[in-house]
Amino acid sequence: MKRLMLFLPLILAVGVGIFLAAGIGKDPTRLESALIGKPVPEFSLANLREPGQTLDQSLFRGEVALLNVWAEWCPACWDEHEDLMWLANEKGVRIVGLNYKDEKEKAFSFLDRLGDPYQTIIYDPRGSLGFDLGVYGAPETFVIDAEGVVRYRHVGVVNERVWEEILLPVINRVEGKS
Amino acid sequence: MYPELGQLALIIALLLAVLLSTVPLAGALTGRDSLQAFARPLSAGMFVFTGVSFAVLTHAFMVDDFSVAYVANNSNSMLPWYYKFSAVWGGHEGSLLLWILMLAGWTLAVAMFSRKLPSVMVSQVLSVMGMICVGFFLFIVITSNPFERILPNIPADGSDLNPLLQDIGLILHPPMLYMGYVGFSVAFAFAIAALINGKLDAAWARWSRPWTTVAWSFLTLGIALGSWWAYYELGWGGWWFWDPVENASLLPWLSGTALMHSLAVTEKRGVFKSWTVLLAIVTFSLSLLGAFLVRSGVLTSVHSFAADPERGSFLLALLGITVVSSLVLYAFRAPVVHVRSRYDSLSREIFLLLNNVLLVAATLLVAIGTLYPLVLDYLNMGKLSIGEPFFNATFSPMAVAAGLLLGAGIFSRWKKTDGGWLARKLLWPLAVSVVATTGVMLIYGGFAPWAFAGVFASVWVTVATAWDLWDKSSSRQGRWHGLKRQSRSYYGMVFGHLGLAMVMAGATVVSNYGIERDVRMVPGDSAMVGDYQVVFTGIGDRRGANFTAEYGSFDVFLDGKQVAELHPEKRHYPVDMSVMTEADIDGGLFRDVFIAIGERITDEAWAIRLQYKPLVRWLWLGSLVMAIGGFLAISDKRYRIRVRSEAKVDTGNEAGAAPAEARA
Repeated sequence: MKRLMLFLPLILAVGVGIFLAAGIGKDPTRLESALIGKPVPEFSLANLREPGQTLDQSLFRGEVALLNVWAEWCPACWDEHEDLMWLANEKGVRIVGLNYKDEKEKAFSFLDRLGDPYQTIIYDPRGSLGFDLGVYGAPETFVIDAEGVVRYRHVGVVNERVWEEILLPVINRVEGKS
Repeated sequence: MYPELGQLALIIALLLAVLLSTVPLAGALTGRDSLQAFARPLSAGMFVFTGVSFAVLTHAFMVDDFSVAYVANNSNSMLPWYYKFSAVWGGHEGSLLLWILMLAGWTLAVAMFSRKLPSVMVSQVLSVMGMICVGFFLFIVITSNPFERILPNIPADGSDLNPLLQDIGLILHPPMLYMGYVGFSVAFAFAIAALINGKLDAAWARWSRPWTTVAWSFLTLGIALGSWWAYYELGWGGWWFWDPVENASLLPWLSGTALMHSLAVTEKRGVFKSWTVLLAIVTFSLSLLGAFLVRSGVLTSVHSFAADPERGSFLLALLGITVVSSLVLYAFRAPVVHVRSRYDSLSREIFLLLNNVLLVAATLLVAIGTLYPLVLDYLNMGKLSIGEPFFNATFSPMAVAAGLLLGAGIFSRWKKTDGGWLARKLLWPLAVSVVATTGVMLIYGGFAPWAFAGVFASVWVTVATAWDLWDKSSSRQGRWHGLKRQSRSYYGMVFGHLGLAMVMAGATVVSNYGIERDVRMVPGDSAMVGDYQVVFTGIGDRRGANFTAEYGSFDVFLDGKQVAELHPEKRHYPVDMSVMTEADIDGGLFRDVFIAIGERITDEAWAIRLQYKPLVRWLWLGSLVMAIGGFLAISDKRYRIRVRSEAKVDTGNEAGAAPAEARA
């Protein structure tokens, strides 16, 4: 009996190993959000560009928007930025930025260099809204409908393919409904 | 030409590692001395060729050989020489080579400092080390060749080292950290050898101890350096972010701490053997897990290396083989005969057992917090973010509990401690701690339950440690003689515990009483942070070796007297077009004043971050004290090699271990 107990660590380790193996090759955080179908959590955070102004969840009322979680420290955000510029300028998509656990000056130098596709940027230095949204890393992009309800969550980089194959169909569906 | 030689050296080292992992082991299993005798020369050869390879890569950096892809990606001709040197381990391939160099170094160290061990054991230990080496050599040769060339279009210049990494902290942090990670492989190898032999005796514990302690000391230094570096270089003033990579270093530290204590019990009392050997396996496995998490890209982190599924799979296979084979061995070979309890329910054994329970629980907690997102992902159960709030809420109580236990445990005796005696013993330290903690609360102005708990635990550990030292050092020939009489390993323990108390005090005070202010200032403005008045006097420009900077000038006053002049900078690195915030800090034993400049709001006005950080240095000083404790402990007389009596010791040692075995 006691000998069997000694197998316990092995069983545990194999269990953990399966999860780790499952993690390889996958996008690190392609995780469904528990928030899908629910309204954007309440928040009250500063506007990055106008520090005096406070933004809240009413920002998402009235028009479908992409909520893009980004930060200067996130290398993948640099990659996807060009595509966001393309979405904003060529496709006229409304993108709201969530500057996540970043520093103001870094955020600004990032935008200065790469351009600014965002209609509005929520400044979330402590990651509080990110926490409520269940953000694990950056970049992540949420589709939010005109009622301010979260419809889709995409973890990882947005590019032309992701837009064509994933985000656009979701937006079309959402707009058809609402 | 040189880079190819480096690669060749690496391949030769791989072949030597293959021999090392088989020949001496075969010799040990068949009892052939002639084969066992290969263990030491093979270890030395492996180290030499790894060293050659590392030297070649370093040379490529020093002479700006941008035909080597790794150099081109991580260096630049404008980089000062010392950063060119540290850039060798600034990326994945080079840091892996450093890792392997250290692994080979530890192997060589075992070969050199194990003269007193039975030849069979040395052969087995070195063979196990050889197997680990084979794994990592294969990893670097197959997936991460640092000598890969960019031919024929050699870039004119390199793309520069990430400016974040251009810092003294980075020169030192990874080597220390890796020394720790890799060092635990020795305790692992001893554990595996002991399992193969079926001899988990006091001698095994005795030989594992110094290696574990050294590795632990390096890891402590490495983690502290990383935290210090993050504090002043990232410009946020934070010292621990519960980032997956930080957690990856904390995991082996916690289980390594448990292992150190458990080894002590196994050596002195011959109990907890199965537990100790399991901890040795777990600690090294966690080191490997750390390497996997950092280099595979399964978790996102601020400072993980570029994700690469091939590398991830390889590392996971390596981790899997190591863990599964060692745990299978463990399951079949670990002793199950539980020694009939030769210790009371109140004894030093029990205190150390509780210490282990707490440390392992803390390890699990951090592991769960780090791996949870992966598990949920696998189960398709949606998502919950685990971040600082989770860790702070769960880790702090454990740290406090460990501190309280430690203070009481110091006075406990092996086998049996009288409860009433212990309670009386603790009365005075308790009173002193309550008074001192209240005093600290008054000084910092403001009572908070967790602040009280943290400071109390820290003071409690300090008072108990000092009390015990005072008790032990009483001597008829005077206090000094009494102090001198104590062994170095005892002082090692004292330093270790005092260091821990310092870290706890620093963490508690800076988290509870630190002040952060983000203010808008124009030259001439002044602002208060805590009791300090900060005057912004102006902004200027300067040129560095490979950057240009704007710097602010600030005068810091306390009670109308100037205490410091600070010049935080914003640096622009033209080569990779990045901007870095270089905070300036007026450091002190009891407080730091920290200023960082942010963006320019208008032509005149700047966003300025001011911070008052009480006792923040204690975090790193405490870690240093802990590490000193570790090094003191291993310099104890009983570990020093007596070269002259070398010839006879092989048998002598076995005889010495015999009584311990008989007891078990």
